[in-house]
Amino acid sequence: MTAMQLGEQRDEVEMLSLMLLIRRFEERASQQYQAQKIGGFCHLYIGQEAVVAGAVAAVRDDDYIITAYRDHAHALARGTSANACMAELFGKETGCSRGLGGSMHFFNRQNHMYGGHAIVAAHVPLAVGLAFAIKYRDEDRVTLCFFGDGAINQGSFHEALNLAALYKLPIVFICENNLFAMGTSVKRSTSLKQIVDRAEGYDIPGEIVDGMNFREVRDKIAEIVSSIRKESHPAFVEVRTYRYRGHSMSDPASYRTKQELEKYRLDDPITRLRAQLTREGKLTHEQFDLLDKRAKETVLASVKFAEESPQPPLDKLYDYTYANGANS
Amino acid sequence: MREITYRQALNEALAEELERDPNVFLMGEEVAEYNGAYKVSQGLLERFGPRRIIDTPISENGFAGLGVGAAMVGLRPIIEFMTFSFSLVAFDQVVNNAPNMFTMSGGQFNIPITFRGPNGPAHQLGATHSHATENLYASVPGLKVCTPATPRDAKGLLKTAVRDNNPVLVLEAELLYSSKGTVEPPDEELLIPLGKAEVKREGSDVSIICYAQTVPLALKVAAQLEEEDISAEIVDLRSIKPLDEKAIFDSVAKTHRVVIVEQDHPFCGVGAEVCYRIQKSVFDELDAPIIRVSQEDVPMPYNERLEKAVLPNADKLIAAVKKVCYA
Repeated sequence: MTAMQLGEQRDEVEMLSLMLLIRRFEERASQQYQAQKIGGFCHLYIGQEAVVAGAVAAVRDDDYIITAYRDHAHALARGTSANACMAELFGKETGCSRGLGGSMHFFNRQNHMYGGHAIVAAHVPLAVGLAFAIKYRDEDRVTLCFFGDGAINQGSFHEALNLAALYKLPIVFICENNLFAMGTSVKRSTSLKQIVDRAEGYDIPGEIVDGMNFREVRDKIAEIVSSIRKESHPAFVEVRTYRYRGHSMSDPASYRTKQELEKYRLDDPITRLRAQLTREGKLTHEQFDLLDKRAKETVLASVKFAEESPQPPLDKLYDYTYANGANS
Repeated sequence: MREITYRQALNEALAEELERDPNVFLMGEEVAEYNGAYKVSQGLLERFGPRRIIDTPISENGFAGLGVGAAMVGLRPIIEFMTFSFSLVAFDQVVNNAPNMFTMSGGQFNIPITFRGPNGPAHQLGATHSHATENLYASVPGLKVCTPATPRDAKGLLKTAVRDNNPVLVLEAELLYSSKGTVEPPDEELLIPLGKAEVKREGSDVSIICYAQTVPLALKVAAQLEEEDISAEIVDLRSIKPLDEKAIFDSVAKTHRVVIVEQDHPFCGVGAEVCYRIQKSVFDELDAPIIRVSQEDVPMPYNERLEKAVLPNADKLIAAVKKVCYA
């Protein structure tokens, strides 16, 4: 199966709709955070939507995905409802982690979304474990492991890449390079000229992809995944993207210029896919407006749902520390 | 019953669990081709093959995390640390990922993983290789910690750990690998529950609460005390977490005097927790203040004489017993 055929399995309008949902969700989360309805840390994905949308469009629903703490989008992309996501931010029992995880710890077992992990690069070995399990059981699956540019200087990242290469595991390491690890630019944190060269050190094939272009992300990852399905191996993709907001809600992002932000905004991934589809006659202005309206309504409804949802009961405080019994 | 070594007992436990459940695998440094740094995994590669007995590079954080990830999708990894001193390199995986996952995911992902390997001071290995980690790990919600002292307990606790649906640390006693003891025959299933202490010797004058490498010490001291007409009851905790309060309190109610001999450091050590629980729940049973015997509160020196001075020993334990007995 070629990359294009794989990509075409997902309707592009549907994926644009997902990107809109992510953006509107994050905008609303930002507003609710400012209204103090959401506690703790909250990292928004605005600007990076094409990365996760392109990646999930390139794989099957039962392939494994796992990411770091900027995870709302990954949960949404894996079919977690906006209701469950917003309720999680509100710390409610109806949240995707029952209100026990919070913004940085979204999980969806049923849809193979394995977190939501908040210690930088600590989930990269977990991802390798997911891929190990695939190979151990001789399954036809791959693992997509997302992380930021800040993760690539952490020891666990390096140990994990070496293990994945050594055991030839079916995993795509997807570095969402948004140029800043919190406030430290890649130039100030990384000795390499380009992040993808990290992969070479472990004899893992690497690619650079334009993360503002949904189709490029999808097609490149589909091509890689197709190769992995033929013969298990790890791969690395440096996806160049940009977050419009600060690292977290408390970050005014004063370490970068307005001009830089504007430059990326002009290359907006949603605008770009919309233009591509419009040009090809696959989407009218009216249809786009309707998609956007639906996204906004879904998200607005999720706020209402979250507000009205119950708190996790106090008498269940000890119910989620140890799993019961022995099941084998 | 037959006599086997602590090492053989662990080896049998591993082999039996690998045989029983195809989801179980053993991973760690030198576990396969080298047959284990302490030969605990002797012969397992030959029997179960490289798919299930897996050598790793020296990457404790990496392979501990790999185990946690594999456990998320239902495998039951046994991760060997060459010593628990090296588990500190993987502290983030053992403390942050393994025990938190069940809570953070709202109960979606439990982590059925066993971390095992030698723990506690051995002989002149110096400060970096002598860590007793039981109090560090026992303070983490979501982890279970056991500390077998005999071949029978080693086999029964390890098998139970592998079957548990949570992360369990089996802290083996480095100095006891070659010690012998009676164990049920291999065709008899031996499972020892976590959270159950065992009275290793009945007594009436004083309770000596111990675990791991301090159990043989306490038994030796009890024999010496017998000659001085002091009858010591030896309570082997076996599990640090969950802790068997009932067994402790029952013994205290019987003897009314307590010495805790532990292999970790005094500050926030296991004995501090045990001591707190005794005074809180059975204060009226006590006829004397509780005394703890632990390591001295210093990093372990290499020098042999100094090392002996740091560790709990018979003289320190006897002195403590006599003090609580006002003897």
